[in-house]
Amino acid sequence: MVSLRQPRQFATPFRHLHHAIGCASIPRVRAPTLLLFIAMSGSFAWACATTSTLDDAANLPPIAESDLRSPADFATIRDEAQRSSALFGEMNRVLSHARCANCHPQDGVPRQGDQSRFHDPMVEGGEDNHGLTAMECTSCHQETNLALARVPGAPGWHLAPVEMAWLGKTPAHICEQIKDPARNGKKTLAQIVEHLAHDKLVAWGWAPGHGRTPAPGTQAKLRALAAAWVDSGAHCPKENAR
Amino acid sequence: MITMTVNGQRRDLDVDPDMPLLWALRDTLGLTGTKYGCGEALCGACVVHLDGSAVRACVTPVSRAAGKAVTTIEGLSATGDHPLQKAWVELGVPQCGYCQAGQIMSAAALLKKVPRPTDKQIEGSLAGNICRCGAYNRIREAVRKAAGGNTP
Repeated sequence: MVSLRQPRQFATPFRHLHHAIGCASIPRVRAPTLLLFIAMSGSFAWACATTSTLDDAANLPPIAESDLRSPADFATIRDEAQRSSALFGEMNRVLSHARCANCHPQDGVPRQGDQSRFHDPMVEGGEDNHGLTAMECTSCHQETNLALARVPGAPGWHLAPVEMAWLGKTPAHICEQIKDPARNGKKTLAQIVEHLAHDKLVAWGWAPGHGRTPAPGTQAKLRALAAAWVDSGAHCPKENAR
Repeated sequence: MITMTVNGQRRDLDVDPDMPLLWALRDTLGLTGTKYGCGEALCGACVVHLDGSAVRACVTPVSRAAGKAVTTIEGLSATGDHPLQKAWVELGVPQCGYCQAGQIMSAAALLKKVPRPTDKQIEGSLAGNICRCGAYNRIREAVRKAAGGNTP
């Protein structure tokens, strides 16, 4: 069984500890209390030292959840590798979004909804990722969204191959995966940018119909981020970055 | 005007291209064997074949069928003796019967491409055909029988 948790939900498991033990500053306390505090919180030190958000690392300007930052917002990051990985982190807000990740599962069963629940009716991608015999994706999904029946649709509706599965994976995992020709459909980085920019199934993520939450930003903004990421060396975030 | 072949006959339909194929079949052509269930592609009562593949007519715009061959339950067999229909009768599959046209059409699409399906394939291909009477065991047995397999 694949975890149904969304990346954001398990992205910062120690965030509450950061607040609880005051990562930002050490409180003014007496020496014995301080020693006790240090001893008790020793096990939590790792959490402070090793978890961070990409936003924190890059000191980026705030952005609405429904929007994407532009490459210019990352110009303050002087180190190119850090800037590149931060750019990917912004791209990953789209890649990990339910509109995209729901069709990149590890078990061949598409998900639906913002909580990534199992597809209803129960369907499978099958050998060619286009569904089972007599239960193909296009048995129901048309080339456009259906307003009245609420069935989403776009040209070429199908599931991503299992090697491209990233539902629930970390930004670091997805980044390495998307760069790997063995796991990205034998694409070059330039082709990845083009795919993100022009693929009609990708485009559906911003026009999902029937009250579904669209992916953040726009396809053009994602393209700009992807191009800037590639131009800056296509570096990946560290495994603990969220 | 939208032209298609329905059960082997050329039909010209002067209808809105966005009209669901189910409406065109039932209301315009009078082929009422295909049933309306949910209208959202969730139940499978409206399954027909479009160029041999199973589609849900309630969500298929009639324009998608232009120039293609549509087969409904009425056209599955001229004399009603398709192996699935015979198996259905022999095993007394239907209870209320409302979902059966969709069940048979899904099963027929499966057997056309996979003549000897495994139970897993039968269950996977018919997973989207809901039977409110719960006749699933008999449905699976009938598909097995139509495929030439033994029934328990």
